[in-house]
Amino acid sequence: MSVSVRIPTILRTYTGGSADVSGEGATLREVLQKLDADYPGIGARILDESGKLRRFVNVYVGDEDVRFAEGLDTATPSGAQISVIPAVAGGA
Amino acid sequence: MALATAAKTTSTDFGPAVALSCRECGTRFDLGPNFACSECFGPLEIAYEFAPVTRESIAAGPANIWRYRSLLPVPANVLDKPNMAPGWTKLVKADRLARELGLRSLHVKDDSGNPTHSFKDRVVAIAVEAARNFGFHTLSCSSTGNLAGAVTAAAARAGLDACVFIPANLEEAKIVMASVFGGQVVGIDGNYDDVSRFCSELIGDEMGEKWGFVNVNLRPYYAEGSKTLAYEIAEQLGWRLPDQIVIPIASGSQLTKIDKGFGELIKLGLVEDKPYKVFGAQAAGCSPVSAAYRAGHDVIQPVKPDTIAKSLAIGNPADGPYVLDIARRTGGAVEDVTDAQVVDAMRLLARTEGIFAETAGGVVVGVLRKLVENGVLDPEAETVVLNTGDGLKTLDAVSDGARPTAVIRPTLDDFRAAVAG
Repeated sequence: MSVSVRIPTILRTYTGGSADVSGEGATLREVLQKLDADYPGIGARILDESGKLRRFVNVYVGDEDVRFAEGLDTATPSGAQISVIPAVAGGA
Repeated sequence: MALATAAKTTSTDFGPAVALSCRECGTRFDLGPNFACSECFGPLEIAYEFAPVTRESIAAGPANIWRYRSLLPVPANVLDKPNMAPGWTKLVKADRLARELGLRSLHVKDDSGNPTHSFKDRVVAIAVEAARNFGFHTLSCSSTGNLAGAVTAAAARAGLDACVFIPANLEEAKIVMASVFGGQVVGIDGNYDDVSRFCSELIGDEMGEKWGFVNVNLRPYYAEGSKTLAYEIAEQLGWRLPDQIVIPIASGSQLTKIDKGFGELIKLGLVEDKPYKVFGAQAAGCSPVSAAYRAGHDVIQPVKPDTIAKSLAIGNPADGPYVLDIARRTGGAVEDVTDAQVVDAMRLLARTEGIFAETAGGVVVGVLRKLVENGVLDPEAETVVLNTGDGLKTLDAVSDGARPTAVIRPTLDDFRAAVAG
């Protein structure tokens, strides 16, 4: 279940500057666990102390905002593009 | 904190602004083109050290937002640079609308009077200064329509390149308005939230280097422009805060900044410290904040927008949680109205006050009416409502019922027959 994860600028200090890294897992939860194993500390930036998605992070699997899907249990099929994006953008 | 030591540029001048501060966790960062906290993703806000300011020093300034420049993240010499000089729009005493709704005192802050006919000129003017400070060559944004025109116009005036992104299905007038100033206008096949997401990704890509996205990497600066609505309303009321204010909600940033502006005026001693209630207005077809308010939640469940109020059609509003905090803290509320009520309210405002508001203004007046009818808003208290845009940009909303009442030959007989009929 190899997937691609797009890393926002503010987290690229964890990935050595890489904007795209490969990941693995059948669900978003598993992908984030593997991501944290590969890049220690990055998981705590995306998830809060209770393990939930931080309220100002948006995560997309393909085109779908996971908050419209199953959240951390959203399936991440092989080849999926996952994007982690700061929620604080847009509007006025 | 090591993360807080982004390269400091010594050539920048942001006036009274001293740092960026995370609204969630309080971590401070040097002033830079950053918008999200690297600790917790929370929104970064401008922190200030204000010099003493008086009513007189403000009143001595120009009749635009720069009269408040000592309270904004801009250099003192902002007056000398080419910019749109927005603001100081009319605060209309709306007695006829007040009577119709059963209110004692009502004002409409009519921001359709700005250079590109929406409040967006205020926020963009601040963002242009930030773009100059950071040496950016291109001004960009994700827009529900009004912002695109404000950005391309401001870029033209300032001599910057522009590239703006909009949902492809926007109102024709907003597309024309954005395009006429030059620059690139890119329609995206999707809704506003798709456009916003696209811009957030573009900004992390080398294609977006040296670009100032007014509502992404310049958002902390840009958003401060909405404080000027609060300053102007207070000054135009005779340096007094209103008792109640009704504000439209798209991302919720405008509402949070108006609250911030009122708070600053109190702290600076420019107005008397008194309670005020903040009410938020949404269209039922895109009402994630009012739904959360009603349900007693403090987080927002995003929605897929479906409303004629396209300038408010943000299904995943970034500042939604803060809107909930402010409405609850001040004793206000968040309410929504249907598209039919929006159109009725646009007509009501037009026929009672001669103000042709865009759909967002209809949302506000519609919610005002609903809040009065439900007894949530005090009809005896001094109330201000916002109209943030121009009805000429959303003609379709009212064009069905706005036709010539008669078409006749130029004869008195024809006219007599027509008025009798």
